[in-house]
Amino acid sequence: MRELKIFAVVAFFSLLTYYLVEPYAHHAMHVKVDAEGKEIHIESHGFTYDGTDDIVEAERKGDAALVTKKKAFWSEVKTIAALKGDAVAGEAGFGMCMGCHMDGAVNMGGVVPPKLDHAGAIYDKNYLIALIKNPAMASNVDHKYADTMMHPMGSVSSMFADNQSIADVVAYLQAHKAEEVTAKEAFTEACVRCHAVRYMKTTQLGDTPKFKHKKDALAHEIKVIEEQDMVKAYMGHLPPDLSMMIRARSEHFMETFIENPQGQLPGTSMPRVGLNHEGFEKVKEYLTEAGDPSKKARAELGPWVLGFFVFFTILAFLWKKSMWRDLH
Amino acid sequence: MAHFEKANNLNEWMDQRIGLNTLKRVLNTEYWIPKDINFLWAMGMVLAATFGILVISGIFLLMYYKPDTNLAFDSVNYTIMSEVGYGWLWRHIHGVGASIVFLIIYIHMFTGIYYSSYKRGRELIWLSGMGLFVAFSAEAFSGYMLPWGQMSYWAGMVITNLFSGGSLEAYGLVEWIRGDYVPGDAYLTRFFMLHVFLIPLVIIGLIVLHFGTLRLPHVNNQEGADIDFEEAADLWKEGKRKESKVIPFSPVFLSKDVFVMGVYFILFFYLVFYNFDFAMDPVNFDTANGLKTPAHIYPEWYFLWSYEILRPFSKDVGLIAFGVAQAAMFFLPFIDRSPNVAPAHKRGLFQIWFWVLLVDMIVLTAMGKLPPTDPTFAFIGLFSAVLFLIMGPALFIITLFEKKLEKGA
Repeated sequence: MRELKIFAVVAFFSLLTYYLVEPYAHHAMHVKVDAEGKEIHIESHGFTYDGTDDIVEAERKGDAALVTKKKAFWSEVKTIAALKGDAVAGEAGFGMCMGCHMDGAVNMGGVVPPKLDHAGAIYDKNYLIALIKNPAMASNVDHKYADTMMHPMGSVSSMFADNQSIADVVAYLQAHKAEEVTAKEAFTEACVRCHAVRYMKTTQLGDTPKFKHKKDALAHEIKVIEEQDMVKAYMGHLPPDLSMMIRARSEHFMETFIENPQGQLPGTSMPRVGLNHEGFEKVKEYLTEAGDPSKKARAELGPWVLGFFVFFTILAFLWKKSMWRDLH
Repeated sequence: MAHFEKANNLNEWMDQRIGLNTLKRVLNTEYWIPKDINFLWAMGMVLAATFGILVISGIFLLMYYKPDTNLAFDSVNYTIMSEVGYGWLWRHIHGVGASIVFLIIYIHMFTGIYYSSYKRGRELIWLSGMGLFVAFSAEAFSGYMLPWGQMSYWAGMVITNLFSGGSLEAYGLVEWIRGDYVPGDAYLTRFFMLHVFLIPLVIIGLIVLHFGTLRLPHVNNQEGADIDFEEAADLWKEGKRKESKVIPFSPVFLSKDVFVMGVYFILFFYLVFYNFDFAMDPVNFDTANGLKTPAHIYPEWYFLWSYEILRPFSKDVGLIAFGVAQAAMFFLPFIDRSPNVAPAHKRGLFQIWFWVLLVDMIVLTAMGKLPPTDPTFAFIGLFSAVLFLIMGPALFIITLFEKKLEKGA
């Protein structure tokens, strides 16, 4: 029994050290505080969007006018969300979207307009309404467009002047653009206009085709560089390659960051993309495939290896027992 | 020339040529280990096994790793992790092994201190063990550079900067070590060489020496009792197993070793499959970027205590304190003036000294990672660093006045 006592002491100090340098230290390192030194807790809202974070952030800045503006904006979004949208009427409105969000679209004002094939499936309804109402406010990057610069999608508000037309087009998206979506499609539509994933051979221009001739490959590479330069000019710096992001950031960080980039990185030029829960799960699935492809194999092999060593230990224990039987 | 007869079997053939039976006797069946031991005595074999695992997993990783600043990150994170069959397994084993080997080293060291196993003929065991600790530290640091992530780069930057010697401003030396003004290709390739060749060679040599230093003074026991090994061995050979105070290394001691290793491997592979993040810092999954300093730069957990002895002081004082702390451990057998080889709980004030040292090193470890911008953490860090430095002289004074214990107590 003395051995068990010694083992308890060793285990206690090992676990104490582990607790202090892992959970505790990482918590202390990532504490965010406001101007008065109060801790800011960043929590996920389950991928629904009602402007809560945006209003709290504006209040924290102490900008009363901004608070009023944000409150008014999100309360109007709520009003529109309550309207009954007419998907048939929305189809005509969607035609206007297709002017930019089409197949083979090229860079417009900074990025390539993303395809909307699954917009109703991967984006939140409130967010879509907010985005059509005012893209900069919906994405929570209005600080970027405070002076003369205009959001590349800024003209959308003149296309959908009345609230009913917004409700209609969103109803259309939810009725007709909401088919089952793969992880790759979700990721491509939501993220690829800015982020490359080199481990999946994906750039800001989408999948890199296979080329027979080096000349064509180089020509494509130049096109990618040109595209990246445009994204860089618009965003301030080139958004990071996301190949290893699933292991470089915690799950909590990913959730809260994708929901509201300003919460984790105040001032960042990354817009909120408005993924709903399903959209986030698909994006996460894709990033896992890129950065942590062994996850499944790990889960499958783990129990076998542990089982082997449990068996090994039982045998070793019996051997030890027999060897030490007549020693005392 | 020796006389050779026709051998009847392979064993005889080998015995005639390299004295196989003598070797077996000296190293296994008549290598006597005290009976009065606990599982902590198995840590040496656990360490040897972990080193073996690190070598084997390292060989597999070495076949695909590319020491080039443009290729290193992707060769680890893409090639090994997604293209090589079971590459992920070898990498996680190697990463977890590198971290957990230090836990066992620390347990092994504190066991040695607790049972006064570094004195009266056992000084060389301690010294060669400390040599191994330094070599393992260098091995861990050089290995940490190889994935060329953000933490590799910035930890490399910080540690090599130490060689500027504070106010000496010996940046020439730093550049010489790096082979460049900042960590770059020349830096990565030389640390690659150190990691896969020179330091492992030194480690293997030191392990042999460490085992060698153990052979004559023998392993200590739970009570620090002076055992007449020849007499005890004779009793064993006569079949008086109960009366004898010793057991042969193989197979009796080994059976216990293997059992402890089994328990250890359950923990080890639990970590490999289900909890590897502690050994593979998320920050290091961002590619090295010399223009983007991470918000927090910290070493792996096993260096935190010495990092925290460096950090709370001003530049020069910190560096001196750091140097003293690194060297001080070597001198333990000579600082301890007590005539007793006994477990700490029989050595009066020494027992208090032992637990204070252990707790202080854990506190230092924690403070080494916590942000020093918090004044409470900064103060605790400074306090425990000063305390650590006082522990050396304190040991000298405590043990100078320690009473000699009665024999057979």
